[in-house]
Amino acid sequence: MSTPRSPFDLEAIRADFPILERRLDPETPLIYLDGGATSQRPRQVIDAEVAFLTRDNAAVKRGAHRLASAATDAYEDARETIAAFLGAPSPDEVVITRSTTEALNLVAHSLGSGDETVPDHLRVRAGDEILVTEMEHHANLVPWQELARRTGATLRWIPVAEDFTLDLTDLDSLVTDRTRVIALTHQSNVLGTVTPVERLVEAARSVGALTVLDMAQSAPHMSVDVAALGVDFAAVSGHKMYGPTGIGILWGRYEHLAAMPPFLTGGSMIETVHMDRSTYAEPPARFEAGTPPISQAVGLAAACDYLTALGMDAVAAHEQELTRRALRGLTAIDGVRVIGPADGPERRGAVSFDLAGRHPHDVGQVLDSLGIEVRVGHHCAWPLHRRFGLHGTTRASFSVHTTPSEVDALIAGVARTIDFFGSLS
Amino acid sequence: MSNPLSSLYTEIVMEHDKRPLHAGLREPFDAEVHHVNPTCGDEITLRLRLGADELVQDVSYEAVGCAMSRASASIMADLLIGRPVHEIQPVSDHLEAAMRSRGRLAGDEELLGDGVALLGAAKFPARVKCVLMPWKAYQAALVEARTLGA
Repeated sequence: MSTPRSPFDLEAIRADFPILERRLDPETPLIYLDGGATSQRPRQVIDAEVAFLTRDNAAVKRGAHRLASAATDAYEDARETIAAFLGAPSPDEVVITRSTTEALNLVAHSLGSGDETVPDHLRVRAGDEILVTEMEHHANLVPWQELARRTGATLRWIPVAEDFTLDLTDLDSLVTDRTRVIALTHQSNVLGTVTPVERLVEAARSVGALTVLDMAQSAPHMSVDVAALGVDFAAVSGHKMYGPTGIGILWGRYEHLAAMPPFLTGGSMIETVHMDRSTYAEPPARFEAGTPPISQAVGLAAACDYLTALGMDAVAAHEQELTRRALRGLTAIDGVRVIGPADGPERRGAVSFDLAGRHPHDVGQVLDSLGIEVRVGHHCAWPLHRRFGLHGTTRASFSVHTTPSEVDALIAGVARTIDFFGSLS
Repeated sequence: MSNPLSSLYTEIVMEHDKRPLHAGLREPFDAEVHHVNPTCGDEITLRLRLGADELVQDVSYEAVGCAMSRASASIMADLLIGRPVHEIQPVSDHLEAAMRSRGRLAGDEELLGDGVALLGAAKFPARVKCVLMPWKAYQAALVEARTLGA
């Protein structure tokens, strides 16, 4: 396990990530600026998963043998570590899912179950309203569109202003007595904008609506505390915070989870089963049908430990410095239009840009030839791109292992990309 | 700049990207299709006009996409217009086979004309779809035109 380091020791951190030693070809080292899509994993995470698989692997919560018991302990210990990392008051509020997407779908489906025994505030019905924002990732938009379609509720959204923040001008008319849910991102995966969660929680509470927070892009980059944020549900991704793929987290207030019907049903989530009916387990088990991602949970807990050892405030400060450097360098290049707010405390490390109308695939291709791995396209936020008249952008996203010289290489690479296409056209 | 990149962005590709041939949507047409690549958001609207004996009288299009997809649409339209459908099928089949060969199948310039310039993308799996999208749109428009004409 990692030991706390002070100050932020970038060389030591880089040594934790085996993939960073890879060369794309003999002359080209890897400059990985796509942590926003999926993060690389430190050996502490890889080793934890391997150690579990080579020593304790078994199905959890079934069987009486020693391995089953060791695996169950590892799985439940992981839940405790993850709960502590997120600031969850109790591990019983932490539901282990397959992805952030599944976590958000779980809430949307459960709220739309149509089950009349469920308390009113946990039901979305015809005539109700669901409020989202124009900057959502498809994972926190499409499930709400579908919930509205299934139930006859109305989907509304908070627009994005010209300065790439949420436009709250009409918030009072967007939040009504019919609003049941406000679902929003904590940090835009495209813009790097941190949203004013507190203000929206307050608005939701004033009308008795629930808040659902997509923390896939915030939890890896800043200190988060779900209890302090005041939301009702929050969703997190494993593989975007240095953990494995195939695991996501839904945190929900226990009193909500305890009153909500299940989403997926089957093994492990039951209390009793008869041929014609079943009763369900208490949370979180009620929402964990089927064999869960066990080694992934162990890996994700190791990722939480890794980040905790680095210190989330130090991680945030490091990445904000990189963001500042990137914004300074990129905005100085003629033809670059950054799609995101100017530098500031609510501006984080996803830097997306348009390059003189040049298609992002072409930009990404040239950057890749220089070893610089960035994301291109609409980044699963198509409506947001349309809002700014764009089909796509090129996005660099920063991680704990990103160095200032890598950011400089990006800036130089963007300038070279312009030269490359300039010289050909 | 490494070599594969210049094999992708050849002068022919860049020229078609900059000054695409037969671009814009025109009347009359027998079929119009709209194709989208959901991973990158690229779009093409393509119209097909067939004459007697399935002669392609016009292919007009509006394409939003990368240099490869725009060049592909331009080169395709130029290859198609004025030729009978039965002559086009082997061209389309050959291009698709070469594009999916990861660079193992060399392109036949007799068949493909400027289209050989697109084959640099065959070594970049993520770009194969960009090149093939306009051709898929043509195939779909052909099916639609034939259905409507039947």
